Amino acid sequence: MANLTLVQAINLALIQEMEDDDRVIILGEDVGPNGGVFRVTEGLHQRFGSDRVVDTPLAESGIIGSAIGLAMAGLRPIPEIQFEGFLGPAFDQICTHAARMRTRTRGALTVPLTIRVPVGGGIHAPELHSDSPESFYAHQPGLKVVMPASPYDAKGLLISAIRDPDPVIYFEPKRIYRAFREEVPEDEYTIPIGKARVVSEGDDITIVSWGASVVQCMKAIEASDRSIELIDLRTIYPLDIETIEASVKKTGRVVVVHEAPLTAGFGAEIAARVMEHCFLYLEAPVQRVTGFDTIMPYYKLELEYLPEAERIATAIDHVAAY
Amino acid sequence: MPLKKAFTTTIDNVSILDEHGSFDAKLGAPGGKPIIPDDDLVKLYEHMCLCRKYDEVAFKLQRSGRMGTYPENRGQEATSLGAAYALNGDDWLVPCYRENAGLFWRGLPLEFVLLHWMGDERGNAIPEGMCITPLAIPIGTQMLHATGLAWASKYRNEKRLACTFFGDGATSEGDFHEAANFAANLDIPVIFFCQNNGWAISVPTKIQCSAPTIAQRGIAYGMDSIQCDGNDIFAVVYCMKEAAKRARENNRPTFIEAVTYRLGDHTTADDARRYRDAKEVEKWNNRDPMIRLRNYLVQRKLWDDAKQEAAVARAKEAVTAAVKRAEEIASPKTADIFNSMYAELPDDLVIQRETMMTHSLGQHPEELPPTSTQQRTHQQA
Ligand SMILES: Cc1ncc(C[n+]2csc(CCOP(=O)(O)OP(=O)(O)O)c2C)c(N)n1
Ligand SMILES: [Mg+2]
Repeated sequence: MANLTLVQAINLALIQEMEDDDRVIILGEDVGPNGGVFRVTEGLHQRFGSDRVVDTPLAESGIIGSAIGLAMAGLRPIPEIQFEGFLGPAFDQICTHAARMRTRTRGALTVPLTIRVPVGGGIHAPELHSDSPESFYAHQPGLKVVMPASPYDAKGLLISAIRDPDPVIYFEPKRIYRAFREEVPEDEYTIPIGKARVVSEGDDITIVSWGASVVQCMKAIEASDRSIELIDLRTIYPLDIETIEASVKKTGRVVVVHEAPLTAGFGAEIAARVMEHCFLYLEAPVQRVTGFDTIMPYYKLELEYLPEAERIATAIDHVAAY
Repeated sequence: MPLKKAFTTTIDNVSILDEHGSFDAKLGAPGGKPIIPDDDLVKLYEHMCLCRKYDEVAFKLQRSGRMGTYPENRGQEATSLGAAYALNGDDWLVPCYRENAGLFWRGLPLEFVLLHWMGDERGNAIPEGMCITPLAIPIGTQMLHATGLAWASKYRNEKRLACTFFGDGATSEGDFHEAANFAANLDIPVIFFCQNNGWAISVPTKIQCSAPTIAQRGIAYGMDSIQCDGNDIFAVVYCMKEAAKRARENNRPTFIEAVTYRLGDHTTADDARRYRDAKEVEKWNNRDPMIRLRNYLVQRKLWDDAKQEAAVARAKEAVTAAVKRAEEIASPKTADIFNSMYAELPDDLVIQRETMMTHSLGQHPEELPPTSTQQRTHQQA
């Protein structure tokens, strides 16, 4: 066991999977000698060499498109997109090829690909370094979308993603890359894709969240004297409705928290599923505490945009009083 | 039978004032008439002093927590400055983020760039008529806009052109290739100005382009292409004048590769010592565009130590004033997140702006208490 940050936990998972399986290779911008702009791939180039840790030309469509080819040829590529704001050029390859290859070839060709992407706001970064585009990808059938909120989950989920036979987008909430440490076992272990985690148990209200927002939810819960159950989704798609359902049937009140904008954010999907699965158990309308339906502002206003603990606390009170 | 040649080409390299101080008068002063008159040359050098000081101060602002990430321009002053100098005031400048010198020459107030990196969109609210697009953070995307801007000028027969700046790394992005292809095939008066500074963060240019020059990428699309010493302002101005003439007279695009070097880290978030050799940096320090221009001016008796001291003092004053303006601007209002989203704000957004909430309990959002301390007592339905 070691006490690791989220960055270190990912780094450890990468090392172990690369040691175990020489089909695993890393490609992206600055992932080589520089170790990635967040140092997630620190030391890997020195350890595994430039055939397995590859600095590519600056082209996201190129990175993902060629990773699709590598994957179809039987490798297990882990492309990195430097920031979520630069997924744009890769969107085409992700949605028009990675997501569809298995079904359009009826399984003849598959794309076991893990796309690592730092995500989210809160670090005072420049424009397009703070967005939360997870629902674009959750909306695209054929992809799996995960986002760990703790070092322990980060390692286990990444190993699952790398071993998964289908394309996985692995979002790394950069605000908590180094925000806290956690005991992370040295041995390899997996966290199943599609399984949420109950962070804290409670009877009055269920909060569903993911990524860095989980930490804000924990703060709001600490400040509240209500009994609140917090669910960290960990995987956005496929959605673990069972864990949510069990909790909501107990509490009857739900708050969903995410950084992405409200409209067509993944919170909308959760609210709809809760309606379908728990309608007769609900005591209040499902509440969503999210980014506004605006462009993510530059950093002077980013904390006003993000669903910080205070706004979550207000929603907790409102939903409780309904 | 020997194969016929389908096509052969060469790429010219322009150097007028080289790092050793020798000046090519044939190119730099044809018929005895310098392509940059002495008065202008002095002003350009003074402007470089301003930009160098600006970088130094901006770097310190970041280090002391008064500004976010900032990309130093140090060592690349001659490129965008020479380009902006050679253009008309109504030609479009479509920059990336390492073109302070050209933007300030055009007249962009110094505090705008600071505001941008201080996380404030007002730094992009470029005064009308300045013909500058905002700094482009997503690499390679802005060149297409230059193609469109220049296309509009051609459509209106205005004889204005657009000059877009981008790095060596940016020429790997698909958008660059699409912009170049459009411009060449549709006869659009745009100048593609590549600042090849040797690096794209930690990735050396050879990973972006294994051909001997980046300039030949322009040839591939059928446009005139040239390489120049980007630390030689004469060479930059020479190439720009040729390109501007071609654009204005024939609506033809040009690709210019200006070979320069990023003397600083990629940005303040980077540490270039991790990936590049100090000797390489040392070599380029000696090729600093300001050193050679200053030596040339001194040799021509247009400059001396006293002038240098005065220029640096003026630069310091101007930058200090700009920092003051940037820091003293009233904090943005939370409502600003919403106010510029659409010409007319949708009702949904009006509610979000007024309540600063995204949750609403459904039917009667206006009845929600504004804070968590005031609790709503709801009649059970
Ligand atoms: C589409 C996109 N991908 C990645 C990045 C991250 N990034 C910022 S600058 C940079 C390198 C740019 O290199 P180059 O084009 O040579 O310009 P330079 O910084 O050297 O001036 C990268 C990869 C980005 N901003 N946009
Ligand atoms: Mg570069």
